[in-house]
Amino acid sequence: MAYLQLSNIEKYFGDHHAIKGVDLQIEKGEFVVFVGPSGCGKSTLLRMIAGLEVIDKGSLQLDKRDITALPSSKRDLAMVFQSYALYPHMTVFENMSFALKLAGVDRAVIREKVDKAAAILDLAKYLERTPKELSGGQRQRVAIGRAIVRDPKVFLFDEPLSNLDAALRVQTRIEIAKLHRDLGATSIYVTHDQVEAMTLADRVVVLRDGQIEQHGAPLELYDRPANRFVAQFIGTPSMNVVPASTLPQLAALAGAAAHADGYVGIRPEHVHLAAAGEDGLTATVELVESLGVETLVYARLENNAQIVVRGSERSDLQPGDRTKLCFDRSRVHHFDRFGKTYAADAGKVKQ
Amino acid sequence: MNKQTTLYLRTAIAWFFALLLFFPIFWLGLMAFKTEQQAISTPPLFFFTPTLQSFHEVMARDNYVGYAINSLITSVVSTAIGLAIAIPAAYSMAFFPTRGTVGLLKFILSSRYMPGVGALMPIYICFQYFGMLDTRAGLTLMFMLMNLPIMIWLLYTNLRELPREILEASRMDGATVVDEFRHIVLPLAVGGIASTALVCMVWAWNESFWSLNLGAANAGTLAWLIASYSSPEGLFWAKLSAASLMAIAPIMALGWFCQKQLVQGMTFGAVK
Repeated sequence: MAYLQLSNIEKYFGDHHAIKGVDLQIEKGEFVVFVGPSGCGKSTLLRMIAGLEVIDKGSLQLDKRDITALPSSKRDLAMVFQSYALYPHMTVFENMSFALKLAGVDRAVIREKVDKAAAILDLAKYLERTPKELSGGQRQRVAIGRAIVRDPKVFLFDEPLSNLDAALRVQTRIEIAKLHRDLGATSIYVTHDQVEAMTLADRVVVLRDGQIEQHGAPLELYDRPANRFVAQFIGTPSMNVVPASTLPQLAALAGAAAHADGYVGIRPEHVHLAAAGEDGLTATVELVESLGVETLVYARLENNAQIVVRGSERSDLQPGDRTKLCFDRSRVHHFDRFGKTYAADAGKVKQ
Repeated sequence: MNKQTTLYLRTAIAWFFALLLFFPIFWLGLMAFKTEQQAISTPPLFFFTPTLQSFHEVMARDNYVGYAINSLITSVVSTAIGLAIAIPAAYSMAFFPTRGTVGLLKFILSSRYMPGVGALMPIYICFQYFGMLDTRAGLTLMFMLMNLPIMIWLLYTNLRELPREILEASRMDGATVVDEFRHIVLPLAVGGIASTALVCMVWAWNESFWSLNLGAANAGTLAWLIASYSSPEGLFWAKLSAASLMAIAPIMALGWFCQKQLVQGMTFGAVK
């Protein structure tokens, strides 16, 4: 049995069926990230694991123990909140030592553990300060430190970086990744930021409408999405997906299985602007975004399908210019009319 | 209108209302130090030789200290018992609401809509039956019941202001309900609890309806003492003022010293 096992978990908020039967197994030491659009239930699922929301149906097992009905305080999990949720009336030291104090740990041991965590998180100088005297990044580090000192069975992160500014977010993300590498702690991390998901996760779980759409290693999800939703949710800018009828040349690649009412998808980096003399589909440029390292060209085909092209070369195209697009035929994804990936595609070699 | 003028105008209006509110107390203070003749003279005297005569007479005629002790005990004890009931009630409604919570809160408040006199008869008979008329215990119970709905409401709104995630964090840290209350809720809500307690103590201290109807010479509070100066013998303005001033002085002093606490209680929700 897995270290943390979610079996057919369900949640209702009144009549709203928020979580519709989730099965998931998480191994010890794994870093699992829940992603999905707002309202998909990712935070609710995390809070159910934490014991902050009641599990209406199904069971939750941690380390061979059924914790479905246990209160949060007895589950031996630590959580890092989006709002940091530090105790405003306590110093950093008191914040970090609160759990150990409640557990009746010896004071010398508490001191040692807090000092160690503070050293790791570069908080040693701030132990006597209160949260309001700290910057946002420092507060989030205290929140992480509060979780570390407890040495819990599982770390839960609820969008921990979304209150930080962009630069700090990247830095803290790297710190979290390093921490996980050093501590090897089992972690579940909720985010709507797929860069965080891709960079931190051993395994990404994509949720929609209270259900798991797909889970797997980040690149597996990127390369072999199970359906159109995952295909478009993972990756920025998202995969170009158009009705098969608008790109019959690509749709035909799926062979006889191709339905005219299905969809074809191709990632922006697998489309390029035709070089001189190269043949391609004619398109009109609508917008060019130059990001320095890459250039995004938003173009519209003659049949009105919009395609985004991502290239590493700079472009002097202007909106209104006509150009030709070439597609990497080995990288085309095929979806049926319900958005499910064709079985033929699922076995495609990862490149 | 420029900024400066607006500022002056605003200050002037603020002063006007502040003085308007303060005037009765000022007048009371003035009257208390006059003789009975000066007190009823028209036009009113603003300049006179102050005398403590009225205070002496009040002290001589009545057992001021006894009434003051009654006031102190009934207001403090009723507030303490009220808090002991209202804090857990507000806590559970603020953090573990059920379908019935909002309805219950409205019901609790609705008991304040009824004029006290409507319940006087049954309460009087109950008090008589249980031998609680003119006892401190009886008045304490009455004041507690009278303030309880407002206490629950004040505390409820105050506790609701506490960031939920902080309480959740403490639960994740292994805090039981008791730990959570002691280490997190109490220290964070102490301002709100203190201001609630203060307000309720003031109300109990100043309460006159139940005090007059259920109390007498034994358990009567200072409000009862003041009322006894408007007697069939006629009004004695100077003595009435002196007694009133002595009655309100302790509670005013309390309010003065707790100003900071009161303001903190009202603004504590701003801490995030």
